[in-house]
Amino acid sequence: MTLLDLMSGFIAELRKAGLPVSLTENLDAMEAVKEIPIEDRQAFKYALAATLVKSNSHWRAFETIFEVYFSLRGPEHQIPSDLSDAEAELWREEQEAQLQGDGAAGSGGGMDSLTPEEIAQMLMQALMNGDQAMMRALARQSVQRFAGMEPGRPVGGTYYLYRTLRNLDLDNMLDKLMEANREQAAQELTKLEERLEKDEFESRIEQFKQEVEAEIRRRLVADRGAEAMAKTLRKPLPEDVEFMHANKEEMQSLKKALQPLTRKLAAKLARKRRHGRRGPLDFRSTVRHSLSYGGVPADPKFKYPRPSKPELMVVADISGSVAAFARFTLMLVYAIQGQFSKVRSFVFIDGIDEVTDYFKSNVDISDAIHRVNTEADVVWVDGHSDYGHAFEVFWERYGKDINPKTTILLLGDARNNYHAASSWVIKEMQKRGRHVYWLNPEPRSYWNTGDSIVGEYGSFTDGVYECRNLRQLEAFVEKLA
Amino acid sequence: MENRFESVEQVRDGLKKVHYLADDGIAGVVFLAQRLGKPILVEGPAGTGKTQLAKSVAEMLNARLIRLQCYEGLDESKALYEWNYKKQLLRIQADKTSDSWSQVHDDIFSEEFLLTRPLLEAISSPDPVVLLIDEVDRVEIETEALLLEILSEYQVSIPELGTIVAKQIPMVFLTSNNTRELSEALKRRCLFLHVDYPDMEREKEIVMTKVPDITQNLADQIARIVRSIRQLDLKKAPSVSETLDWARTLMLMGIENIDAQEAKDTLHILLKYQTDITKAAKELSVDK
Repeated sequence: MTLLDLMSGFIAELRKAGLPVSLTENLDAMEAVKEIPIEDRQAFKYALAATLVKSNSHWRAFETIFEVYFSLRGPEHQIPSDLSDAEAELWREEQEAQLQGDGAAGSGGGMDSLTPEEIAQMLMQALMNGDQAMMRALARQSVQRFAGMEPGRPVGGTYYLYRTLRNLDLDNMLDKLMEANREQAAQELTKLEERLEKDEFESRIEQFKQEVEAEIRRRLVADRGAEAMAKTLRKPLPEDVEFMHANKEEMQSLKKALQPLTRKLAAKLARKRRHGRRGPLDFRSTVRHSLSYGGVPADPKFKYPRPSKPELMVVADISGSVAAFARFTLMLVYAIQGQFSKVRSFVFIDGIDEVTDYFKSNVDISDAIHRVNTEADVVWVDGHSDYGHAFEVFWERYGKDINPKTTILLLGDARNNYHAASSWVIKEMQKRGRHVYWLNPEPRSYWNTGDSIVGEYGSFTDGVYECRNLRQLEAFVEKLA
Repeated sequence: MENRFESVEQVRDGLKKVHYLADDGIAGVVFLAQRLGKPILVEGPAGTGKTQLAKSVAEMLNARLIRLQCYEGLDESKALYEWNYKKQLLRIQADKTSDSWSQVHDDIFSEEFLLTRPLLEAISSPDPVVLLIDEVDRVEIETEALLLEILSEYQVSIPELGTIVAKQIPMVFLTSNNTRELSEALKRRCLFLHVDYPDMEREKEIVMTKVPDITQNLADQIARIVRSIRQLDLKKAPSVSETLDWARTLMLMGIENIDAQEAKDTLHILLKYQTDITKAAKELSVDK
């Protein structure tokens, strides 16, 4: 395959994974690979990344696809020259095994001389000393022996990874390492030193895991071909991850992405119409423009008025039906409060409580969420969502604080358990406030089915928006003006 | 261009000579930027050496560094060029009697009355320059458009004068703290470089280069502690510059070997939020 074919396949796959690669960027990448030889794999990777990936959140997706498409060309697949004896032996044995076993592992090949315990022992030694080359060789070896890969078997890489790691007993490796380290140390380690050692070992084990993973991938690619492999590895980009189903790691990246978004939200809400409103005289600009009139300031210029600070009220459902979304909601509220000075936040299930103080900007986010979950008084009767009651109480207690500058953001699925809707509250809110928006984490097709009454509430708001992932949230912020 | 880079290694070594330790990614992108004649958009957390990269490249190339600090409200009269209206006024008034109108008219819109601002200065300079557009994410999205012409064509169009084309193609660095998403048009014109916190080995090297006389042992300890702290879920993780400050402090205090107490006492140099300090202090002294 020529480089050109490979590149176009690679770029097609990037696009399939959702990365916005434009034509000019494609051409840039082609220019770039002319300058950097493919043999220098790291530099090659960064060159491609610099031209094709324009957002850090896409880096992971890029890296995965890069590995799949270019990993077979890396230096790992040439026999390394500077091997220690033990490793050279391992290498040779592995090569033999590969020849014998037709690429498929499991037979053990010429590695019968080493028991699994011995391999685990060697691994521990390598981890202990941070011996990179050895770790790499062992990763290869253990995939060979333990993963039990069979050609053409439609199993994902994670299955093989799990099998390999289980056989190596990697979960207990950390404890064992710490134990051994303690024995080795001449004197008692202080708590700090121990902690540092632990972090060091953790990162080495993580590195080893990645080696194993990469090795499995390499073999799968060899077996199934790059295209098929890339397809199975395709994951949604951070902005497409659904809030409702985000795992912990994805939540973490969502959290990072929220910061710029709330800033944008702040800017949008703060924006005033620039035309027709005048601030104080802008002397500099007036003199500048007076030139057209021969130095006579005939056309006075005025400064734009300072944008006023937006006031925001966030009212969020944190009941069980939107539990995953609620966590995200709280993160959003937290981020918003960092940007707006005049923001008040409320959470409800069937009762409602103000939680503004929990989110005061100097508080740690997990503490704040913990406090909301434990201290906020949101249960009135049974802890099942009752929007109607929550809204009524809200109106009674805080309704008077809504003024024409206030924007109200309602977050929830409007699943009311067939209670009274009290949608008149929303109507009043809209009358008294500036805008009322509703963000719904459910797919649009579920709206107004079962006990969802988002339509009834929605008719009184300035807009109901589907908000299942960052992209949609971003689109909502974009639309605000 | 006379001092063209030959290889990625050359860039890395060159940067090392001016005390900037570049990893593969950084050196590769800088090399590529010069070869392709494209600007680099550098993004990453605060304090990871984004601005320093531009400065170091300038130093390495022996080029003048022209810096445009972006802020909200930046406009073309501060970024590109402005007519020197005071001088123009004087010119009109000085010659009120003698010159014909058309002559004055041609005269006051000549280069003599043009005040060059950083962007125009960068492309009209005859010597090699490095242009640094700092914190480009601070300007409004509409103002970004100002940069597009200069970034893709290396030219500036002035209605009264015509187009000024660059005499030489400068190296351009744009830095961004990612407080907002930059426009597609801008991103498309640049090479993208994400600079993250360095890994432990590199951080150790950075400490060793930047803090003279530090012992290997201390640098190693510092790098390891900082790495552990960065793994915590903090409001603001310590940046490289804070690591360096911390290293210098420890040197001044004459500490050779950090113990938990000393680490705790000096944490406020690494971390800037009280909640973060409390958290880190707890984590460092208590083994889970």
